[in-house]
Amino acid sequence: MAVITPGAPVPAASVRRGRRRPGERIIEGFLVLAAVVSIATTIGIVVSLLFPTVEFFGEVSIVEFITSSQWTPLFSIKQYGVLPLLVGTLWVTLIATVIAVPLGIGAAIYLSEYARPGTRRLLKPILEVLAGIPTVVYGFFALTFLNPILIDLWPSGDKPEFQNLLVAGIAMGIMIVPTVASLAEDAMSAVPHSLREGAYALASTKMQVATRVVVPGALSGIVAAIVLGVSRALGETMIVTIAAGLKTAGIPWSPIDGAATMTSYIAGAAQGDLPVDSLDYLTIFAVGTTLFLFTFALNALSIRLVRKFREVYE
Amino acid sequence: MSDPNRKAPDVTDTVNSTRPAPPPPVALVNPANRNEGAPRGGDEQVLRLEDVSIFYGDYQAVRGVDMTIGRHQITALIGPSGCGKSTVLRSLNRMNDLIPGARVAGRVTFHGEDLYARDVDPIEVRRRIGMVFQKPNPFPKSIYDNIAYGPRVTGMKVSNMDELVEKALRRAALWDEVKDKLKQSALALSGGQQQRLCIARTIAVSPEVILMDEPCSALDPIATSKIEDLMFELSRDYTIVIVTHNMQQAARVSHRTAFFTAEVDEQGERHGRLIEYDTTNKIFTNPAQKRTEEYITGRFG
Ligand SMILES: Nc1ncnc2c1ncn2[C@@H]1O[C@H](COP(=O)(O)OP(=O)(O)OP(=O)(O)O)[C@@H](O)[C@H]1O
Ligand SMILES: [Mg+2]
Repeated sequence: MAVITPGAPVPAASVRRGRRRPGERIIEGFLVLAAVVSIATTIGIVVSLLFPTVEFFGEVSIVEFITSSQWTPLFSIKQYGVLPLLVGTLWVTLIATVIAVPLGIGAAIYLSEYARPGTRRLLKPILEVLAGIPTVVYGFFALTFLNPILIDLWPSGDKPEFQNLLVAGIAMGIMIVPTVASLAEDAMSAVPHSLREGAYALASTKMQVATRVVVPGALSGIVAAIVLGVSRALGETMIVTIAAGLKTAGIPWSPIDGAATMTSYIAGAAQGDLPVDSLDYLTIFAVGTTLFLFTFALNALSIRLVRKFREVYE
Repeated sequence: MSDPNRKAPDVTDTVNSTRPAPPPPVALVNPANRNEGAPRGGDEQVLRLEDVSIFYGDYQAVRGVDMTIGRHQITALIGPSGCGKSTVLRSLNRMNDLIPGARVAGRVTFHGEDLYARDVDPIEVRRRIGMVFQKPNPFPKSIYDNIAYGPRVTGMKVSNMDELVEKALRRAALWDEVKDKLKQSALALSGGQQQRLCIARTIAVSPEVILMDEPCSALDPIATSKIEDLMFELSRDYTIVIVTHNMQQAARVSHRTAFFTAEVDEQGERHGRLIEYDTTNKIFTNPAQKRTEEYITGRFG
């Protein structure tokens, strides 16, 4: 360091950069590359979905695709109504959400507000390990463990089928609980401690602190956790393939029916040896685009919800 | 007033029965030495600490404190950093319960009842003994909802919430500044306004005692003087205990002052001790202890 005499003018050159730090530029270049790759991938996916989809709709009318209640591309009388697959997906997603949201948020509230620090330190990693169990395991868990119990306990009327949407939805709900819980807990822990103290000092009970201060404060993170969970449910393939089967035909009005979802149809169809330029092959892309639109809409909706309801602390 | 479903501890009855009509009016003395006015209702003890020691885990942060806090008085706790002022203050409404491992030995009584007895509901305790913190901590909700929060969670039967909100805000000398933006976020207020909002929020549940932990340390002199005026005004109806690092503030606003400091014991551990407790006048003009004098005059701490 040069000694600067008080009062003496500082040489003008001292603030100029002699030479750019090379490490800085390499890192910057790498970061730009990473951003470009992820954007390019997204564009690539959209494009690769789009062209075959357009081709598909050259042969099948959009009206039939949206309104017909039969999906029978592999039958002799071919009909291309996506509704049966869509309803299958919605059943499973709905059931999974109904299970995962209360359990996940409940677990998050327990961990962040009720559990002692030691308990939390123990449970949080376990939760994160649970989130990493391969989905195929959940699929067999549903088929060989949950479904027999479900059939046993079924009160009356038609029993659930050997493979059905309900059990797939339950298994999927259980699968996404750790994801929702772990992310929601992160968001709740980030709510400043001073707000909790303020609430306790106003004679709140623990539950009131959790529901009136912590949850509203962490809302954007909680919604993000739920959206991520639901997106996983929408896109999940293995559990539904194993536990709900690949049956396609009419709309599965009841969740105790076995039926394909959008994802399991794609997985099933992609395994067969469909000639690449056949219409049947193109169905994969049409269904894929539909799925993509749904996930996209879900994300857009959640961003709007969060903007509307969240309570921003500083 | 409180939700009948809550576990009502026996403190309730005592409090209601010992709460007479407003105190006799007191002549407002020259603001510079308001505290020289005759002690008001000071003979009646609201809170009493008997041989109170407070632990964080194995560490004894405060040792053997004896003091009483008089009704409708402002009691100031002063002393160097780390001597346990906040710890003592937080033991008065059981806020220390929230810190894992924190423990109180000895007796803290509120109108003669042990605050730490098994059947006492800490939530009811905090409804009667409110707290304002060093850093303003309004909820990220509207101004209105900040005030309404306490009455709502405590299940107070409020016939007109708007009126209650207005009253609390007026009491905290904030109404004129916020009356046109009650639905706006409290976080848009200035620091001083936020702190008055926190005071208003505390008043809204009609506590009997208000604990304040360095309520002005994050504020500029004008906001500070507003809060001091407010405290003095509030002491007609409320018992106030304030922790402050500002000697002038203690001298200006309080009736009684307790001086704490940390002492090192034979094992080399530091414990907070109460050194001297007397009228503010006595502490600041003629302290009995040398250490008090040294601290007051800035030679120590
Ligand atoms: N949550 C805690 N866990 C463990 N020790 C604590 C905790 N809070 C305070 N202490 C310790 O207790 C002692 C007293 O702390 P306290 O915060 O009461 O001091 P204070 O007088 O309020 O200080 P300041 O003027 O800096 O606010 C200190 O030694 C501190 O380290
Ligand atoms: Mg302190």
